[in-house]
Amino acid sequence: MNVEAIKNWLDNRLAISTIVAVARKKEIPLHRHTIWYYFGGMTLFLFTVQVATGILLLLYYRPSADNAFESIQFIVTEVKFGWLIRSIHSWSANLMIATLFIHLFSVYFLRSYRSPREMTWLSGVFLLFVAICFGFSGYLLPWNKLAFFATKVGTEIAGVVPLVGRPMLRFLRGGDDVTGATLTRFFGFHVAVLPATATVLIGIHVLLVQLHGMSVPLGSDEKSVKKMKFIPNFMLRDLIGWILAIGVLAALAALFPWELGEKADAFAPAPAGIKPEWYFLFMFQTLKYLPAKIFFFDGEVIGILAFGLAAMALFVVPFVDKSPGDPKKRIIFNVLGLVALLFIVVMTIVGYLT
Amino acid sequence: MNQRGNNLTRLSPARVGDSVGKVCISVVLAAIAVLILHVQTAAQKKDSCTECHSRLEGKLSEPVRQMNDNIHKARGFSCNDCHGGDPTQDDKSAAKDPRKGYQGKPKPADIPAFCGKCHNDAFFIKSFNPALRVDQMREYSSSVHGQLLLGGDSKVATCVSCHGTHDIRAISDPLSAVYPSNVAETCSKCHANPDYMKDYKVFGKDYSIPTDQFANYKLSVHARSLYEKQDLSAPTCNDCHGNHGAAPPGVASVANVCGQCHARQSELFQASPHKSKFDEMKLGECIRCHNNHNIAPPSDGMIGTGDKSVCIGCHKPGDKGFEAAGNMRAKIDEASAGILKASEILDRAERAGMEVSRPKFELRDAIDSLTHARVLIHTSSTAEVDKVVGPGLDVSRKGYQAGLAALAELSFRRKGLVVSLFFILILAALVYLKVRDIESRESSKPDE
Repeated sequence: MNVEAIKNWLDNRLAISTIVAVARKKEIPLHRHTIWYYFGGMTLFLFTVQVATGILLLLYYRPSADNAFESIQFIVTEVKFGWLIRSIHSWSANLMIATLFIHLFSVYFLRSYRSPREMTWLSGVFLLFVAICFGFSGYLLPWNKLAFFATKVGTEIAGVVPLVGRPMLRFLRGGDDVTGATLTRFFGFHVAVLPATATVLIGIHVLLVQLHGMSVPLGSDEKSVKKMKFIPNFMLRDLIGWILAIGVLAALAALFPWELGEKADAFAPAPAGIKPEWYFLFMFQTLKYLPAKIFFFDGEVIGILAFGLAAMALFVVPFVDKSPGDPKKRIIFNVLGLVALLFIVVMTIVGYLT
Repeated sequence: MNQRGNNLTRLSPARVGDSVGKVCISVVLAAIAVLILHVQTAAQKKDSCTECHSRLEGKLSEPVRQMNDNIHKARGFSCNDCHGGDPTQDDKSAAKDPRKGYQGKPKPADIPAFCGKCHNDAFFIKSFNPALRVDQMREYSSSVHGQLLLGGDSKVATCVSCHGTHDIRAISDPLSAVYPSNVAETCSKCHANPDYMKDYKVFGKDYSIPTDQFANYKLSVHARSLYEKQDLSAPTCNDCHGNHGAAPPGVASVANVCGQCHARQSELFQASPHKSKFDEMKLGECIRCHNNHNIAPPSDGMIGTGDKSVCIGCHKPGDKGFEAAGNMRAKIDEASAGILKASEILDRAERAGMEVSRPKFELRDAIDSLTHARVLIHTSSTAEVDKVVGPGLDVSRKGYQAGLAALAELSFRRKGLVVSLFFILILAALVYLKVRDIESRESSKPDE
């Protein structure tokens, strides 16, 4: 049986030639904003790095309050290249959130969510929240002092939401306090619930992108705009970005290995100046600035509800922005987007400096 | 309606009058009861001592003001509980009637017995504070203060000199004069006053007892712990001299005093060859090397043959003790150097981002060994010191090796990074060239 025969056998069963033919026909519009198309692919690449390194970490990680810290310590000191895998996992998680935000804002400012791509936007926003949940749950897994107290503060914030806050806090913590039960629970979310959800959502998201093709910015004519073949031109360019990303991850892991810190101790006082991960910092800083009372309501509750509303608003953007071509509406949405972006950037910087 | 009508018909004028009468009697009885209670309460609260003295001026009103902070008042005691008399009387002579036990300001010689009325009574004291001792008066009578008082010296300290008079606070009250961090200052009121102390001679000598104890104590490691670290368990005057039974420890008993806390050191010293020699030479055991009030933090410099060594005060070059002191110091220095070397390299590796928390933790064993060795110098035996220094040195060596390995790993990672980046960049460049090649071929093709 020669190679050609094997190819034919597989093609008859998997329709590979049909898929390749479709992929060869796929084209990418070329314009001054084409660069932003790469960030979706980069986010997906970093996610696959997460999956690969996460599976390797699972070989040694032990999800219990007694063993979690020691198992990570073992991974980074005893396991061959364990330090590299652990650092790449942590760094790629952070880079993925960063590229995800860039992807979100580029899609927003280019109005790529406009009809018929509303569902693509929706699946993307869901993926953003899944990624944030990945970050929050993964942060606790090393069971170190910082992670312990950050989780305590984070779940306390969730706990002040009116009506559902208290049950939500107990559900997240697996009790009233952050304990080994919380760690086991977060581990379950991190390696089972969230990956399954993310896989389904990524499938839908990528499928919808293929179905509708790449969005052309307003002002460019979809028919007359220059195009580039997806295979091999765009894919090879994507590949260059991914190869360079591997280089950046290797450099970060070797030069700035992700710290392990001290083992969590529920009886120890909270370390001074405790801060959450950078992507939560703008919210944390805002809540710190809010007064204790706003009229008759708790300032913190108002802040959390406001962030909740902002998150809800993200979902309905394509349905509110019904005529993206309208110059007046374009200005309003651009200003709103810029204000949000500036707010996040400024509050994050202030959070780091204070 | 019918039911109500029936009830109304049953309310005859005679029945109504009877009910009103019962109500009136009840009201009058209640009023009498309230009046009796009021009179009783007023009688209980009557305190003519406070009433009069609060109206007086100067020193005579001071007791009333001071009593506000008094632990006895907080426990429900009043002036007459100590001074006797009848506080229910408004008339001065009736209130201060000696037949009712009135006793004014007691003379210094009478103060221990005055306080001891209650504080010697175990049954009485236990009803307020079961943990409070009742042997203060007995201890006091055996103290230097008590003995001098018995001898007719009215200048010496009595209960009120330290505890206060009307402003006596609980000893757990940080404002109390006998709270641990205030004790030394309280003692210094007399003992740091050369004029006050000039008549008191050192036992068996013709010179006054020194008055620099407080100044020296303030420089000591004990004072630093007490005042700077707020460690209330750190010793102050009464921990070594006793409180009610205050007396200077004699040369023979100094080690027992220090040994209350430094038990291991004391035990080792007692079994050492130094013990018999010190006894023979009548040297104060611990204080010979460590001093008494100005006890400096112990340092490795104190042992050995260097300038700061306390050993060279007795031992001279050529004698066995001189040699042993030098050898013990060498062992201690070797252990310290080993720990320092390991710590430095581990810190360097940690700063470079390497995970070395485990070897750093294990290095604590070496630090423990060094601490143990510093205690074992009280045996005066190089062999005993070496027994713990040896294993400690092994731990330090392991820590140093772990640091070396971490730095080697760091170097490997950096070299690996350079090599990896080289190949990664080559690969990226090749893919880029491939893209350029594809695109140039595409652009050279005639339009279809």
